[in-house]
Amino acid sequence: MDTNSIILAGTSLGIMGLAFGAALAFASKKFAVEVDPRVVEVREAVPGANCGACGYPGCDGFANAVVKGIAPVNGCPVGGAAVATKVAQIMGVEAGSSIKKIARVKCEGHDENCGNRYEYDGFDSCVAANMLNGGPKKCLYGCMGLGSCVQVCPFDAIHINDKGLAEVDPEKCTACNKCIEICPKMVISLVPYEQLTIVQCNNKDKGPMVKKNCNVACIACGICEKNCPFDAIHVINNLAEIDYDKCTNCMICVEKCPTKAIQGDLTKRTAI
Amino acid sequence: MENASIFVIMVSAILVNNFVLSRFLGICPFLGVSKQVETAFGMGMAVTFVITLAGTLTYFVHYYLLVPFGLEYLQTAAFILVIASLVQFVEIVLQKMSPTLYQALGVFLPLITTNCAVLGLALLNIQYKFGLVQTIFHSFFAAIGFSLAIVLFAGIREKLETSDVPAPFKGFPIALVTASLMSIAFLGFTGLV
Repeated sequence: MDTNSIILAGTSLGIMGLAFGAALAFASKKFAVEVDPRVVEVREAVPGANCGACGYPGCDGFANAVVKGIAPVNGCPVGGAAVATKVAQIMGVEAGSSIKKIARVKCEGHDENCGNRYEYDGFDSCVAANMLNGGPKKCLYGCMGLGSCVQVCPFDAIHINDKGLAEVDPEKCTACNKCIEICPKMVISLVPYEQLTIVQCNNKDKGPMVKKNCNVACIACGICEKNCPFDAIHVINNLAEIDYDKCTNCMICVEKCPTKAIQGDLTKRTAI
Repeated sequence: MENASIFVIMVSAILVNNFVLSRFLGICPFLGVSKQVETAFGMGMAVTFVITLAGTLTYFVHYYLLVPFGLEYLQTAAFILVIASLVQFVEIVLQKMSPTLYQALGVFLPLITTNCAVLGLALLNIQYKFGLVQTIFHSFFAAIGFSLAIVLFAGIREKLETSDVPAPFKGFPIALVTASLMSIAFLGFTGLV
């Protein structure tokens, strides 16, 4: 056994390694990019899901934007209030209030309430189904339940329930907007987590048309608008819309709604 | 291949001996980062950049360091060392010199450190006894071949996403079937050079 060659190989590789290591060490000093230490701190404070819900490319992008002062300290919808306070501390400002919001699917038009115009037999994608004359549903605004939102949800927070409609798990939802963006019917929207009274309809057609297609749709009769003591609900574009800032969850509208399009758990209503 | 002209090297590296589809080097990024054409293109560009640099540098390491000391048998180990250091070095320099390019290459750059295509190419250059110019062109074109394969594959995979694939084949199985069919298609170029 030639020990010499072993020593030679070992030392030469060792020397090469050392030389490269030294060169790298030198380079990292020489070419060091100065990073604002706050960027690193903010980056550590946020959840790191890289979901892009804040509108910046990943958590690094958000951290950079916060430090530059472009993004608000409570700009991370996933982290919520806890992260907002941490980031605010790093930046030395007040967090301000950030109301936790969640996505809600505003449709109750399952098969019993709203039938199909034709039978859809394509692959499971709402986007594709929507291209076929607006989808199989009689109502052109409702949830088709083919699950495009389920596929894009990074948090496993939206599922198709046994009625065949998409349903959001309020505890898992982080309001990242992914489902809202993909939904071709625009039937999903952000609603405050605390909000109990919700108009479960997205149909913007006129009353008689709507009534033909769906049993639980908003027919834009305006009864809710007249009965609301807080001026919190208005019929806009033939669809009742609740102003969540004004709504007190008294649920008078839930009682009065003739088609039960406005839904809320009456046991949890606030008395007036 | 010793005295092959640049043109022959080009055709050979891109089509006939395509890195991915006929040499089966660099399969992991080929399967891993080929879900979207855009990212596949980014990976292709990053690989092109690193391979061209690494091919050139390993040429110098081999002929001016290993050969004079009779250490050719250390090729593989030495090249791994060179490539790993080079990628790290390039990353550091890029971050300082050209943040835009650094952002564009993003996460792909460090990924390439352990890419077998880079090492395979460095070793092939030596095996073929290429001169410096030939080495540079062979490295560049081989990487272009890699980019071509990965971008084509990504294009097909994007289409596969929306096609009606039998349930057991969904996802990776159909991707592998596609890759093998592409490989067979590229086999058609055999004998061109």
